[in-house]
Amino acid sequence: MNLMISTIKHLEMKSGKTLAALGVALALLFAPFAHAADLAPDEFIKTLCNSLLESVKTDKNLKSGDPERIRQVVDTQVLPNVNFQRMTASAVGPQWRSATDEQKAKLQEQFKILLMHTYSGALTQIRDQTVTVKPLRSDPQDKEVLVKTEVKGGGEPIQLDYRLEKTPGVGMGWKIYNLNVLGVWLVDTYRTQFSQEINAKGIDGLIATLTDRNQSNGNTQSAKK
Amino acid sequence: MQAALRFPTTLSRKRLALVLAGVLSVLIGVSTAHAQAPSQIQAQTQSTTVNPKDPFESFNRSVFEFNDRLDQSITKPIAQTYVKVTPDLVQTGVRNFFGNLSDMWSTVNNALQLKPASTAESLARVGVNTILGLGGVIDWATKMDLNKHPEDFGQTLGYWGMGSGPYLVLPLLGPSTLRDTGAMALDLKTSPVSRVRPAENRYELTALNLVDKRAKYLDLGDQLNEVALDRYSFVRDVFLQKRRSEVFDGDPPEEDDPELSQ
Repeated sequence: MNLMISTIKHLEMKSGKTLAALGVALALLFAPFAHAADLAPDEFIKTLCNSLLESVKTDKNLKSGDPERIRQVVDTQVLPNVNFQRMTASAVGPQWRSATDEQKAKLQEQFKILLMHTYSGALTQIRDQTVTVKPLRSDPQDKEVLVKTEVKGGGEPIQLDYRLEKTPGVGMGWKIYNLNVLGVWLVDTYRTQFSQEINAKGIDGLIATLTDRNQSNGNTQSAKK
Repeated sequence: MQAALRFPTTLSRKRLALVLAGVLSVLIGVSTAHAQAPSQIQAQTQSTTVNPKDPFESFNRSVFEFNDRLDQSITKPIAQTYVKVTPDLVQTGVRNFFGNLSDMWSTVNNALQLKPASTAESLARVGVNTILGLGGVIDWATKMDLNKHPEDFGQTLGYWGMGSGPYLVLPLLGPSTLRDTGAMALDLKTSPVSRVRPAENRYELTALNLVDKRAKYLDLGDQLNEVALDRYSFVRDVFLQKRRSEVFDGDPPEEDDPELSQ
């Protein structure tokens, strides 16, 4: 019905206008595809890191550690390229399967806040660092790859590696699901602690502990100001 | 366990056994002294199953607690004062001086691990810094793009296939493993600091080294309290992972890790 009306309207329009409208529609139709070209895994990391470094260097609020701004950048630039559900699931361990959807959502949210608190400090340390992506050792068919990088600038180079999963047609074609800082895998570091909490107090206990911790972290942060 | 005691060196077994016995007796003393500490009770309820990497967990937890108190009451305040009263230039000089000593030992261990490029670069660092850098106080080598390749004897043992053994928290010195504790005896013994006479100067140097090491981490502040749910297992898991990564030069083989896929 709508289609018919619009077709009729189109026919009524002058031909010039019709063409223009058609052009805009086409552009809109193809824009997402043009934008979301799947990159090679190393290109993906390079693009992501450089855009983040660029944001921090040019954005004063971000550099000074403004929590609200950090949250924005994490939500818009980082999280779309991260499979955070998988990260949380992996940190929680086998118990993840028995969690309800609501519990899963809460776990993800609280884990995200905890990690952002940890890494917001690192963002304020960024000055003139550069990221070098090491040569990739993987097959084009690989669905999961390891990308190794080195952050240089000020002191010894820092090893920063990423585990990626292929997400064809989504985002830049890859999502991060684990991160290695100086030889230590982020998700693995929380696994034992999470399972301790779950064994002692169940999934809701873990959620409560995470929420408490995030709240007291927030308090100390506002106290410092 | 036995392999940890088989050193390809001149260090006599008797001597090593004495050192280990000393360390163990201190550990036991500390653990009984704090047997009633709350963290101890917590530890027992928390770990119903024994972590294969940390069979001495409750024991380690009490040393961890002890170290923590020692740090809060003594080590940290000293390090804070040191940072406050000592000119930056002197602090850098101190750090470089000890860095140069560890570069020397790294050279030997890189050689023991048959890494010619790293051995040569470490040796070049020592040469440049000792001669041009006034005995290591000025770090010219880093400015010349000669990179550090830190290796200690524990890493050398790991390189040749020795497992790390159980996790150990040492009084004052913190996280270690059985292999690394044994190896550290050699690290300390071969250090030029151990040949300084008279003994008072040697103790002073050792204390300065420890204070400098602690000062390095002052900036981290209380971040550990904020990121960790359980500080003990957080530190342990980070330490063991990092140590393993160092042994394999940042490229460790995958552990048997049944990663959960949803």
